[in-house]
Amino acid sequence: MIKDITLGQYYPADSVLHKLDPRVKLVATLVFIASLFLVKSWVGYGAATLFLVLVIRLSRVPFSFMVRGLRAIIMLLMITVVFNLFLTPGERVLVRFWKLTITDEGLRTAMFMAVRLIYLIIGSSVMTLTTTPNDLTDGMERLMGPLKKLRVPVHEVAMMMSIALRFIPILMEETDKIMKAQIARGADFESGNLIQKAKSLVPLLVPLFISAFRRANDLAMAMEARCYHGGEGRTKMKPLYYEGRDYRAYAALLLYLAVIIGIRVLGNYVRIL
Amino acid sequence: MSIKAEHLNYVYSPGTAYEIPALKDMNLEILDGQFVGLIGHTGSGKSTLVQHLNGLIRATSGHLYFNGEDIYQEGYPMRKLRSQVGLVFQYPEHQLFEVDVLSDVCFGPLNQGLSREEAKKRAKEALRMTGLGEEYYSRSPFELSGGQKRRAAIAGVLAMEPQVLILDEPTAGLDPKGRDEILDQIRMLHEEKHITIVLVSHSMEDVAKYVERIIVMNQGEAVFDGPPRQVFRHYQELEQMGLAAPQVTYIMHGLKAKGLEVDENATTIQEARDTILQAFRKE
Repeated sequence: MIKDITLGQYYPADSVLHKLDPRVKLVATLVFIASLFLVKSWVGYGAATLFLVLVIRLSRVPFSFMVRGLRAIIMLLMITVVFNLFLTPGERVLVRFWKLTITDEGLRTAMFMAVRLIYLIIGSSVMTLTTTPNDLTDGMERLMGPLKKLRVPVHEVAMMMSIALRFIPILMEETDKIMKAQIARGADFESGNLIQKAKSLVPLLVPLFISAFRRANDLAMAMEARCYHGGEGRTKMKPLYYEGRDYRAYAALLLYLAVIIGIRVLGNYVRIL
Repeated sequence: MSIKAEHLNYVYSPGTAYEIPALKDMNLEILDGQFVGLIGHTGSGKSTLVQHLNGLIRATSGHLYFNGEDIYQEGYPMRKLRSQVGLVFQYPEHQLFEVDVLSDVCFGPLNQGLSREEAKKRAKEALRMTGLGEEYYSRSPFELSGGQKRRAAIAGVLAMEPQVLILDEPTAGLDPKGRDEILDQIRMLHEEKHITIVLVSHSMEDVAKYVERIIVMNQGEAVFDGPPRQVFRHYQELEQMGLAAPQVTYIMHGLKAKGLEVDENATTIQEARDTILQAFRKE
């Protein structure tokens, strides 16, 4: 019952994208998102679309998984589109009825906003689908390394993130177990009104909290027993190294960025761009 | 009254890449008043099987009858089944939540719809049977020792007065003294109340002394089913499943191979001593 909730949506497959260094993927996602806000023309969006389609092809993840993330923002998307469509002032009026007008400008902005949002979600889905949560935190830790100079506890934050991620399935399993144990003792989690339902959660939540504290305690003890003392001088079992494909990926990314900037700059001179 | 499984199949996460068959065509009948040991290696499906017996998991296919009634038929009272087939999970002390031991043990009976007085009466009786005296009633379950916590948790199921009591690895993580105490108490319970008991374990040693029938599970199937002496005869096959017969079995087979006329089917130290002494007397 509870196992159906999936967190972290990693989709295992054997592709170039899966093998890439997580840092490359993080940077690429950021660059892609930035590029979406750089472009202002159809040609620019064409370039972004081409890039996205290529990357999705390379990832070997079924397209249906990519679109899944869109369900969460469907409301936001609708509101954005509707507001932009009707409330953008413009010179050429396309449709006018009652107090609502749709202008040339409005239609354009609404469509661009929609495309931006959709690409943004799909773009970041590609990253989370091809990178395990642990790799992701690893990559983040390395990328944010320079912040250590500003006394930002980068390693600690990354460690907390990976521990939190690791504990999610454990606590889910534990919840399932305690739930079953209490059901076996006649507990009823389903019927009754809201207050009764909330009350019926006590036999579940108390043991769950206790177990979470116990596990946290055990983990802290185990880490200390192995001389863990934070990030200072700590080596990694699987250190991140850039390989040939990572450099090639960076090159491709740079090329993409150049194209996007080029289209934007040229757009000032050439009307159609 | 009995529990009867017919062609029971269960598959974890069917239709996904993580599909695992946990039970394969299980057929078995547990008669009223039996003391059964269910043995298998980790992952053999024994925990999955016992969760079927009180309706916590529904079989992918097959039938399960409790007292002759199919529990998968429409409208079968599952909650009533759960109070008749008590299931004590592994590490049951992890389910304790109340402020004191007595109220925690009352949780089950109160869920059955009993009055507060009746629930308390049952709770006290259950605590007596698990060896926790009056001095523990008002103590917090969290300040008890590991063994005491486990007794309190077992009492929590016992207080529902089930006809069948299933215990999933009741001795896991206990020291030898705690283990013997719990198992002795379970045996006393069986003798006193004549309820059916299913003891799940991976240790033959534990079970051999207490049960009258052993069901051995391996990879979702029941491979052996019979009285301990009969099952332990297959000690070599058991070893291949990652299980072992009691040490006594090995000694007896060893002695027999050396030419001493002993009964190699002895399963307890008592029996072994008797048959060895007998063999020497003969010589």
